[in-house]
Amino acid sequence: MFSDLLNKLNSDTTGSLQHHFGAELWLSVTIVVMLLFRLLSLDRFVPTFIVALVGAAAAGWAAFGQFSEIVAADGVAPLTFFGDMLRHDLFSVFFRIFLALFLILTIALTVLTGIPDNEDAPDFYSLLLGATIGMMIMASANNLLMLFLGVEMASVPSYAMVGFLKGRKPSSEAALKYVVYGAGAAGVMLYGISLVAGVLGTGDMSLMAERLSIVAESGSAGFGDPEVRTVALGVMLVMVGLAFKLSLVPFHFWCPDAFEGASAEVAGFLSVASKAGAFALLVRFCIGLSGVPATAELMTAFGIGLGAIACVTATFGNLAAYTQRNIKRLLAYSTIAHAGYMLMAVAALLVMINSGSAKALTHDINACIGGLLYYLAVYLFMNLGAFAVVALVRNYTFNEDVDSFKGLIGQSPALCITMLVCLFSLIGVPPFGGWVGKFMIFASVYKAAQLHWAMYVVLAVGGLNTVFSVFYYLRIIRAMVLEERPADAPSVKLPSMEGYYVCVLAGMVLLLGLAPGLVNGLTAIASKAGDSVMAVIGR
Amino acid sequence: MNDTFLLSAIIFLPAVGALLLSALDSKAVDAIRMFSLGITIATFALTLMLWSKFDYEATGIQMHVAYEWIPTWNIFYRLGFDGISLPLIILTSFVSMLACVASWSINKLHKGYFILFLLLETGMLGVFLSLDFFLFFVFWEVMLLPMYFLIGVWGGPRKEYAAIKFFLYTLAGGVLMLIAMLMLYFASGGTTESFNLIELAKAASGAADAKLTSTLSGSMQVTAFVLLFIGFAIKLPAFPVHTWLPDAHVEAPTPISMILAGVLLKLGGYGIIRIAFPLCPYGAAQAAYFVVAIGVISLIYGAFAALAQTDFKRMVAYSSVSHMGYVLIGLGVWKIVDSATINANMWLMGINGAMFQMVAHGVSSAGMFFMVGVIYDRVHHRDLNKFGGLMGRMPLYSGLAAGLFFAGLGLPGLCGFIGEIFVVLSAWNYSPMLAIVSASGVILTAGYILWALQRVYLGAEYTGPHSEDITPINAREATVGGILLAFAIFLGVYPAVVFNVMKKSTSELVTSMQAGYAKAEGTVTAGDEAAAGETQEEAAVLSEPKNDDIPPAQVQQQEAVDSLDSQLVRFDQAVP
Repeated sequence: MFSDLLNKLNSDTTGSLQHHFGAELWLSVTIVVMLLFRLLSLDRFVPTFIVALVGAAAAGWAAFGQFSEIVAADGVAPLTFFGDMLRHDLFSVFFRIFLALFLILTIALTVLTGIPDNEDAPDFYSLLLGATIGMMIMASANNLLMLFLGVEMASVPSYAMVGFLKGRKPSSEAALKYVVYGAGAAGVMLYGISLVAGVLGTGDMSLMAERLSIVAESGSAGFGDPEVRTVALGVMLVMVGLAFKLSLVPFHFWCPDAFEGASAEVAGFLSVASKAGAFALLVRFCIGLSGVPATAELMTAFGIGLGAIACVTATFGNLAAYTQRNIKRLLAYSTIAHAGYMLMAVAALLVMINSGSAKALTHDINACIGGLLYYLAVYLFMNLGAFAVVALVRNYTFNEDVDSFKGLIGQSPALCITMLVCLFSLIGVPPFGGWVGKFMIFASVYKAAQLHWAMYVVLAVGGLNTVFSVFYYLRIIRAMVLEERPADAPSVKLPSMEGYYVCVLAGMVLLLGLAPGLVNGLTAIASKAGDSVMAVIGR
Repeated sequence: MNDTFLLSAIIFLPAVGALLLSALDSKAVDAIRMFSLGITIATFALTLMLWSKFDYEATGIQMHVAYEWIPTWNIFYRLGFDGISLPLIILTSFVSMLACVASWSINKLHKGYFILFLLLETGMLGVFLSLDFFLFFVFWEVMLLPMYFLIGVWGGPRKEYAAIKFFLYTLAGGVLMLIAMLMLYFASGGTTESFNLIELAKAASGAADAKLTSTLSGSMQVTAFVLLFIGFAIKLPAFPVHTWLPDAHVEAPTPISMILAGVLLKLGGYGIIRIAFPLCPYGAAQAAYFVVAIGVISLIYGAFAALAQTDFKRMVAYSSVSHMGYVLIGLGVWKIVDSATINANMWLMGINGAMFQMVAHGVSSAGMFFMVGVIYDRVHHRDLNKFGGLMGRMPLYSGLAAGLFFAGLGLPGLCGFIGEIFVVLSAWNYSPMLAIVSASGVILTAGYILWALQRVYLGAEYTGPHSEDITPINAREATVGGILLAFAIFLGVYPAVVFNVMKKSTSELVTSMQAGYAKAEGTVTAGDEAAAGETQEEAAVLSEPKNDDIPPAQVQQQEAVDSLDSQLVRFDQAVP
């Protein structure tokens, strides 16, 4: 019997390692290779970034293989592996490709900006790749344990990366703040996980809803039931951990400080990748608790609560950004605001899947998750583009204030136009990609508002925030375009490679808003990914 | 030439021109100017070609082309035009061409200016030609970006304030429009939700050949209408959301003021007539009094504000607020008593007047702004109290300016008169009180324009600053002013050139709106609904009604159409 178990473990592991865990495996191998290269002094002959790039590309290739496999075998049931710990479906594959692509772009950016130097490169890229593995696990977690493991695997390297500029005091301070907040949030989350798993008797997220309806006394899962209250408390505590990763108000305090202290490259990475992983996790967690009539009331309330948090987060982020002088801090608050917008989609999702008419709304539910994924995809390019420009300009001006951007258009049009494209996309103005993403999220919120009036409030706040956000984005634009460059300002020249790099990012933002094939293909795939993640509920 | 190609070329030729322009050396100023002018002239020629292909006898959309853009959301690249959009398309390319000539006065960063200028033209033409709500919205917002920079970089002393104010107001309007857009999209039935403006309008009017069903209830229609109306009223601009306009117009460089007044304001009116009205007929009917009242308030308030200005350009800007009030009055005079439209032909006359007013104002206000710009370029101030005696120093300029200002005033024989008289006459049917108030607006208009003419052009001599810089108008300026004045006179004596283009489309609008109102009101039974569809088609081809059992409302529509036709015939006869 014991040998059976071992055999099963063996076959499950070896089989899944190749098929479902290839991308993560490639990244792990790359980390080992990079560290070995330094040990053997091979990094003098082969620059570390090349190893890292190859590794990231291999991971992306492996994920793309999984993707084409799933698309080719249209309709293959999503499966779990590693003893139901992880889940393999189009949703997780989408995030693997997303993260691998983002990794490649970030490594390319660090090569262009020269952070880290040759000496530190293996350390830095190991941390970067390690964090990415953690995020990939977050995206495919099927168990509360993996949820915790994924979050921590993504967080711990991030702490080190924030403090990577070792000589700088703000950097160390930022890292310390980040660690303290992160540790606190992780502890709270672990407590929440133990509550949930303790009451439900399982850590399997796909079983949570069913178990809850069994455990609840009357089977109705109302708040009167002590078991349900305990689970609700646990869910709230888990939300604390996720809200920390998503930098949602009131767990956002680390974000501006960490971004200000970290280099712009790291800030760009954290703002996009760790958010993407956390959203994937949140969607899985929420879906795991939904879908049975017994939890409908509880989860609808949870969804509206998320909507309220989304409103507060978006509003706070946009208003707080207004007074910032440091551009990284400003973008940090913009990140907070965008987390708010994206959370609106999750809120809408919860309201829709827990309504009585969830079956009839299948198309809209898929479109809702698809909208979130689309927004993330555009967000990758537009936010990375903004941070890349900040990093490149910093290399010339040694300054990250909004004022250092004054009159930049005359000196470096390519950087400025990229920044313009990214910022207008962040505002959500057509014809840029950010607008399409925002439109899809607002459309989902509107659809959810047909089921519960509170979502109308969310929609109105979302619309209002679009207008609020104009003020501070336009401040950067005004500095760049409308103002004169001071005579004593350092000049910013543009070597060609950097120009191509940022133009690719700007081009992608534009294409994601206009190109028919790209927009439609991505929305279709994103809704399919939504469909695959919904398979847990088993409509 | 293929329809798709022609329509796309009209929209994207300026954008392609902007792209090519970016390859030019930024020091070759004359080459940049001539190239841009060439592009705007070519675009104007293309729009004239569009006109030459316009079928005066056909109803509905012409040259309708559609290609899938984002099929998962049923979003199409859908273009076409009808009698309502054609005059505005031609106006846009016409004013853009003249504004391009006026742009010779721009004296810094020429390349950037002309790139943005051409992108702006693409946005404006795209709005008028797109028939998919999503596409419409994209073009609508695309105009924002170049305009922000054109005001912000090349504007006057308070340019940054004016630019951000413009951006914020328009974006806020855009957000309201977006919400209304989602309402209409999701109400358009089942999984076949659509942004198709034509089908959405048909669904709202309950036409027999409608492919979509609209599940929008009456109260939802009112909400959607109000959202759309606010969004468009900001652009129009109407009181109390007009406050961006004086700042933007005053701070913008002269050619951009011409475009703002000549074209951008018309987008608001066009949005109401193309989207808010046909898609929410019941909402429009309910809000009709509100619309007219806003129009009258804008008219009177704008006129009083213009009287109070000492800045020449600000006065012209407020005159725009005042004149666009006529557009709202003309559109809103839909009199409904006991669920039946009273004198639909008067309402039709109002809509025609509003449309004509938009075209006329596009010519006269562009001219007025240009005339202010000409003198500003010389003396570098706009203080009305420091002018005087220009008639002696610049006779040709003063003559052209006087002509254009009289056109704005609404002197009979010039273009401003026709729109105003149509609107005021139609308002009498709706509410004599409002008609009297709006007619008295003409007196105020005459007041501020004559007073301004007196202070600027008449008087003994010019005593203000930079007296030595006053040189006679040059040939380029005289050409722009002369063309605008010629058109102001031409439209004033032969308005049928515009009315003929739009009469089918506006009468179709009136009938379908009444059907839509009846549908939402629930007064039409299932059997009559089919009849309504038929009648609508009959009305569209102006045939005699065949059925005796047509409800009175439809007979009236028939009369309305006939009556307009006879009005137009009279116009035709009046002009040799």
